[in-house]
Amino acid sequence: MPDETKPNGTPPDLPPTADKPAAEAKPVAAKPPTTSPAVPAAPAAKAPDGGVRPPTASPAAAPKPPAPPPKPAGPTPQPWDDDFTRGLKKVYGSGIRETSTYLGQAYVVVDAAIITEILTLMRDDEAFDYCVDITALHYPKREKEQFDVVYILYSFAKNTRVRVRTQINDGASIPTAVPIWETANWLEREVFDMFGIRFDGHPDMKRILLPEEWKGHPLRKDYDILKQDQEWVQINLGIESGQ
Amino acid sequence: MRDETTLTNHLMDDTDDWGEKRRTVLDADELILNMGPQHPSTHGVLRVILKLDGEKILGTECVIGYLHRGVEKIGEHRTYTQFAPYVDRMDYVAAVSNGLGYCEAVEKLLNVEAPPRAQYIRVIMAELQRIASHQVWLGTHALDIGAMTPLFYTFRDREEILKIFEKYCGARLTTHMFRIGGCQYETYDGFEKEVKRFCDFVEPKIGEYEALLTTNRIWVERTKGIGILNGDDCKALGVTGPVLRAAGVKWDLRRAQPYEAYSKFEFDIPVGEHGDTYDRYLVRMKEMYQSLRIIRQAIDNIPEGPIMAKVPKIIKPAVGEVYHSIEAPKGELGYFIASDGSTQPYRMRIRPPSFVNLQGLDKMVRGMLMADVVAVIGTLDIVLGEVDR
Repeated sequence: MPDETKPNGTPPDLPPTADKPAAEAKPVAAKPPTTSPAVPAAPAAKAPDGGVRPPTASPAAAPKPPAPPPKPAGPTPQPWDDDFTRGLKKVYGSGIRETSTYLGQAYVVVDAAIITEILTLMRDDEAFDYCVDITALHYPKREKEQFDVVYILYSFAKNTRVRVRTQINDGASIPTAVPIWETANWLEREVFDMFGIRFDGHPDMKRILLPEEWKGHPLRKDYDILKQDQEWVQINLGIESGQ
Repeated sequence: MRDETTLTNHLMDDTDDWGEKRRTVLDADELILNMGPQHPSTHGVLRVILKLDGEKILGTECVIGYLHRGVEKIGEHRTYTQFAPYVDRMDYVAAVSNGLGYCEAVEKLLNVEAPPRAQYIRVIMAELQRIASHQVWLGTHALDIGAMTPLFYTFRDREEILKIFEKYCGARLTTHMFRIGGCQYETYDGFEKEVKRFCDFVEPKIGEYEALLTTNRIWVERTKGIGILNGDDCKALGVTGPVLRAAGVKWDLRRAQPYEAYSKFEFDIPVGEHGDTYDRYLVRMKEMYQSLRIIRQAIDNIPEGPIMAKVPKIIKPAVGEVYHSIEAPKGELGYFIASDGSTQPYRMRIRPPSFVNLQGLDKMVRGMLMADVVAVIGTLDIVLGEVDR
């Protein structure tokens, strides 16, 4: 069963000309999982990765060469245009940045300034009475608005899901959704714990999974556990090298 | 220590120094009591800080995270295939469901579907796992409340399920049974017969559990009217699974948004009326029968054919995000995966039912007696491995 994880699972079928790119790709492909969680390295490694992989992808799937072509033509976000989204755009104008569906899943990207209004509207007018999840994504390479906060909503009455998404700057805070859905309490605490995003007006804004004295927010892409480890050794054990 | 300050602040409410000027014995003030993390009835390492007035509960605070392993962070540093075994370690009494949800989410991201035979195998295994998970719940929940016998009965019968799992994939608990795109293994010889035999074997056994508890006076006294959570509260708190259904909301993801082959089977969604601990017990008992019903239909109609869809050896989904959720034994288990086009997920968010359901604890036990906390934690059916991830 571990075979399928290895890119070199099918070397016998490789044409001789493909040996080289495959050999080049192997260390690249093997690197990301084995490297320590030094996150900034990962996106950096991905750029060459993406360049090398397409030629190797076809020899890897040597028995069926037509496998790679459909991939680039894979699913793309489709515009989501109906009465609801048109109404939203009419009321909020440029506050609604994007309304699309991806693989049949609808999402709305809105301005952080109007997030409370949108969420309240979603619950009261559109019957999204169940907030499934609140989570965030970190994009440190962006100039601004490095964080995406995602609200996954579900409507019992309509049996549909929608994702509301907003973007905020690093260090900025966002209004809480606890008055709208009680479940947001712990979910927002987890987002704060893992990303350091503060929710204004939250009744109990503190860490939930990690100890109070923990440093840093682990799911940020710039979180460096090695550096913290060394710092701890330097401070507590007095070893200068940190190891 | 974490939260030491909160606790000591409470303790020191009307004292000016630690240990000095303690309240007198007759003082009927609020009492702060620390339950767990090593309490046997917290089903793992859950710590609950109880604010008590005599035996009455004024408020609670859950302290969690003792079992936090950073599963979501690990997910960002493993390939899609490598990460699959990790999810089994979240809800370790229902590993099959965890794996099923994960494989489905990645399949959704890849826009592939498992072949029909694989879907049937998945349904059979997931439903067997649901019975096993409910058996663990029943045994431990009854033990917490003081009924010792069901524990032996349920664990004895659960063994038969684990034997089937072991024969099928070699593992009993953390099975890693499914792969992205289908199943790794074809069923073993005599699988259908054995599963059928198991169904016939376990059906009267569930009746045995019910004979022990359903009309047992102590059991009824300890569970009826305890830990009530009505439907609106459940929705506001995001509580799903049997807890939601016991509150009278007929909602099951297997029916609402069918995945795998669930749309092809006939089954009922048992619901309760009052949303108390007793109703949740009844709902889960009935669910076991419904699972047997699904398994029997699946075994009878299991199609022939391949068990693996065509997925590339190196899984590199296109740039995009999906959220996919399944009805795990505990509630809605969701995976939100963001792909940046590489072999590793950019973000792997897991929406655990136990974590969200546990948030309902405070509302359920407020105004109840201290002994009811144990019953309510049991009835929520949490697994701390999933709460903390």
